[in-house]
Amino acid sequence: MEAFAHIWQPVVLTIELATITTLSLLVVATPLAWWLARSRAWWKEAVATVVSLPMVLPPTVLGFYLLIALGPSGPGGAVAGLWGARTLAFTFTGLVIGSIFASMPFVVQPIRNAFAAMGDRPLEVAATLRASPMRAFWMVALPLASPGLLTGAVMGFAHTVGEFGVILMIGGNIPGRTRVMSTAIFDYVETMQWREANILAGGMVVFAFAVILSMILIEKRVSRARA
Amino acid sequence: MTAENAIHAEFKGTIGKFSLDAGFTSPEKGVTALFGPSGCGKTTVLRCIAGLLRMSDGVCEIDGELWQGRDGTFLPTHKRPLGYVFQEASLFPHLSVRRNLLFGAPRRSDGALRQTIAFDEVVDLLGVTPLLDRSPRNLSGGERQRVAIGRALLSQPKLLLMDEPLSALDRATKNEILPFLERLRDRLSLPVVYITHDIAEVERLADQIVLMEKGHVLAAGPLADLQSDPSLPLAMARDAAVTLDGIVEAHDARYGLLTLSVPGGRFVAPALPAPIGEHRRIRVIAGDVSLAREPPGPSSILNIIPGRVASVRSVDSSEILAVVALGAGGSGARLLSRLTRKSWEQLDLAEGVNVYAQVKAVALGPGRGDFLE
Repeated sequence: MEAFAHIWQPVVLTIELATITTLSLLVVATPLAWWLARSRAWWKEAVATVVSLPMVLPPTVLGFYLLIALGPSGPGGAVAGLWGARTLAFTFTGLVIGSIFASMPFVVQPIRNAFAAMGDRPLEVAATLRASPMRAFWMVALPLASPGLLTGAVMGFAHTVGEFGVILMIGGNIPGRTRVMSTAIFDYVETMQWREANILAGGMVVFAFAVILSMILIEKRVSRARA
Repeated sequence: MTAENAIHAEFKGTIGKFSLDAGFTSPEKGVTALFGPSGCGKTTVLRCIAGLLRMSDGVCEIDGELWQGRDGTFLPTHKRPLGYVFQEASLFPHLSVRRNLLFGAPRRSDGALRQTIAFDEVVDLLGVTPLLDRSPRNLSGGERQRVAIGRALLSQPKLLLMDEPLSALDRATKNEILPFLERLRDRLSLPVVYITHDIAEVERLADQIVLMEKGHVLAAGPLADLQSDPSLPLAMARDAAVTLDGIVEAHDARYGLLTLSVPGGRFVAPALPAPIGEHRRIRVIAGDVSLAREPPGPSSILNIIPGRVASVRSVDSSEILAVVALGAGGSGARLLSRLTRKSWEQLDLAEGVNVYAQVKAVALGPGRGDFLE
């Protein structure tokens, strides 16, 4: 029973982290994706590149800069000061912030594509029907982009669950606070707890399989409905 | 602007290599057709009126309201009380037909519909009642376009803009929708700006016409005036015709013939019965009108109307186009007549000569010249 709680704790923490990260990402990434899809600013692709950097940077590089930013002398330290703490590094809040950056490109990209694919026409139609830009966004653009939002959410969730390097860099591996599944597996292997490592690793494989399969099925259904 | 010029629009500017310098005014009622070859700037003008496109130099005044002015006024599209029907129906795929129709319908603070153009009336007029709870995905092209027209109307516009609403449809579907548009024109007193490159749609629907070419307005005015102006391409076209507004005078049930009066004359045409006093359009094709100098003897031709040659223009080495003003003094409606140069010279015709214009009634019948079917 003791051992079971040991395994269960990082699972719960991982789900919490991925859920909070995904919800935050939808709030942040949707307006950003909207702007990237619709803006004519010449520098928008530079912004898109910055957003995509975590896809190609080694997680240790991203983690390194995040560690500095979250630490006592970075903006993270200033924010932590608001409630009397010294740093956001090695905290759950720090993990959320780090995961948001690390998973951002996987959420922004499909949502941006969905907004771009619908073109100007639905919004023009909405405008000729007296819909303000706000109403057009909520009533037309968001529902039409919902498959993209769903894909983005699933990708963001899955990528957060699978993130290892960044987490290790900024969260350490503190049981109950920052030890998530990916770091727990690492820890079990280091300490030769093969059974625990097997359970978690097997669980991740099943999870990844389910995610990808459901994405493919959703996409198929959507494209059939749109045809 | 005076009340007769409820629509006043002029736009000037360039988009890429295309330069636009076009303006027109139209009365507060009826259908104004923007007519011209594709690429002449019709859609650009319509988008400017809707505010979907902003030309730096433009004026758009609708029914006394300034939508765009040289003083920098520019109402965003969603603040302009207009309806816009796009070439493709562009229905919202995530909403049912009913919710599409009601998307732009204004509501009072208690949630009830505020309507001058009533939901039931529009739905009935467009024949979409059985489709209300369906998804736009499962509609045919014609059904979709009818819903799109209804959706635009139910937003209670003061101006309806239609951008080639029939061009994406096949012939049969077009013929299914045209009567709806005619009923709309006759039932709702709403100014309509209608883009098309199909002269048949102009002849059936338009009251006014704005002829466009390469970003400019070639001519604008009442349809019949421009049709019978030999200096314009309309009259010189192979299938040139004039559209006359006839008033039903009598119906001969025995022969199924309708008598329609137009200024300066009277036409007989095979048609379904219609109430006395109603208006019916008659389309007279230039090639169906022959001229005679003397009233002919017994003839199968039922329409023989005295008039006078108002003007004449040579089409090519073998053909002549004459404009005939009906009525004894030549003060009535104008017809076009396309003749061989040989006939023209044999009859010794010239401007100012009195003639008899002859049109077989059959040439005005269903499926041929007119829209009386």
